[in-house]
Amino acid sequence: MSFEELVEALLKGDKKAAARLITLAENDEENAKEIARLVYPHTGKAYVVGITGPPGAGKSTLLDKLIKLARDEGKVVGVIAIDPTSPFTGGALLGDRLRMQRHSTDPGVFIRSMATRGSLGGLAKTTNDAVRILDAYGCDVIFIETVGVGQTEVDIVKTADTVVLVNVPGLGDEVQALKAGLMEIADIFAINKADREGTEMLYLELKMAIEFEKEKWRKLGWEPPIVETIAFTLKGVKPLWEAIKRHHEFLKRSGELDERRKKRAREEIKAIVAGEVARKVEGKLREENTEGLINAVVERKLDPYSAAERIMGEALKV
Amino acid sequence: MVERSKVRVVIAKPGLDGHDRGAKVVARALKEAGYEVIYTGIRQTPEQIVETVIQEDAPVLGISILSGAHMVLIPRILKLLEERGLKLNEDVVVFAGGIIPPDDAEELKKMGVAEVFGPGTSLQKTIEFVDRAVENLKRFKEA
Repeated sequence: MSFEELVEALLKGDKKAAARLITLAENDEENAKEIARLVYPHTGKAYVVGITGPPGAGKSTLLDKLIKLARDEGKVVGVIAIDPTSPFTGGALLGDRLRMQRHSTDPGVFIRSMATRGSLGGLAKTTNDAVRILDAYGCDVIFIETVGVGQTEVDIVKTADTVVLVNVPGLGDEVQALKAGLMEIADIFAINKADREGTEMLYLELKMAIEFEKEKWRKLGWEPPIVETIAFTLKGVKPLWEAIKRHHEFLKRSGELDERRKKRAREEIKAIVAGEVARKVEGKLREENTEGLINAVVERKLDPYSAAERIMGEALKV
Repeated sequence: MVERSKVRVVIAKPGLDGHDRGAKVVARALKEAGYEVIYTGIRQTPEQIVETVIQEDAPVLGISILSGAHMVLIPRILKLLEERGLKLNEDVVVFAGGIIPPDDAEELKKMGVAEVFGPGTSLQKTIEFVDRAVENLKRFKEA
């Protein structure tokens, strides 16, 4: 089937077409470009929720419960569950979906596992492409479960409208809660496994960290709530879903949604341009006549910055 | 040879069989060999397994079953794949492992299961099988 035919089927809600398009975009950059051009005009409807947090926090289990609540409201749900690619073997074990498998046969749910394939920010390299495809497929809400992240994998904020940070008690002291990175990007904090020792301590630490930036929240119009959940028993899950919906309403009402989407579009274009430039420069560096340039640098006839300028000039001419 | 890191393999456990060590070992071995493996977990219905293969667009499905129900569950999975338009050994290759007596293994192979691996099969043999099997699939031949 041609890309046009696949996209036509996709727009009619064909699961096989959606799955195949995601694979094609994932495997080949050129495919991804072509597919993006065809699919893009049909996107913009889906609301994207990022679920992030350390490994073992219970993201998949929480997601399983959230999917049910979204389905109860008649929403078509997409899920992208991301796990890391081994830096040594290139393989991956994608084991998030097994906690949501009961939804596999629900025609209103599409779950896709993705491996990071070298991307280091917590998402898969082609997550944005997959989101667009599921958007055009007809999803009202798309949940993205990032890999288990530490402190610096914050790419989710470049793709999601609402970011939920799932913490668990017992992972560190109050200094952890003050550190940069993840703490700065969350719109909603969830404390999962909230029946464990250390829950109250963690709640207070998070509250303190949030209070610290009271001015920021006041200006924004949204202070991140902290929701205690026990995914296993469904405790706190409905309040979490309500918080997500409230955040969605806030974004729409305040115009923040457009602001964020603009920012994200800018980031994505920047990343694509940077990728293209890097590729062109690398191609140039492999050509033979750059040998002379490199020798000139080693022989102190030319400094590295000037050499780089010359190469960039050449590479970007094409 | 097809690039392993672009090949997705679903490892599934149908029916009421909780013996998942073998499935996990195979899943891990395939991951270490460079494949992307989607593990469904235990107690899957044939419908859930086929839906997974479709949503994950997986060219390979490995079924692990030790409960003795293989002659009911595997044919059902094969039938569902066909009903959903996935042709065996053309769109998707199916292999099985676990406790499956040789006579049943022969039966299953006649139905289209590409290979049945019994206890004691080396992981290397399993990996080599997947390497070879994907080469004959339509989507990799067209590329």
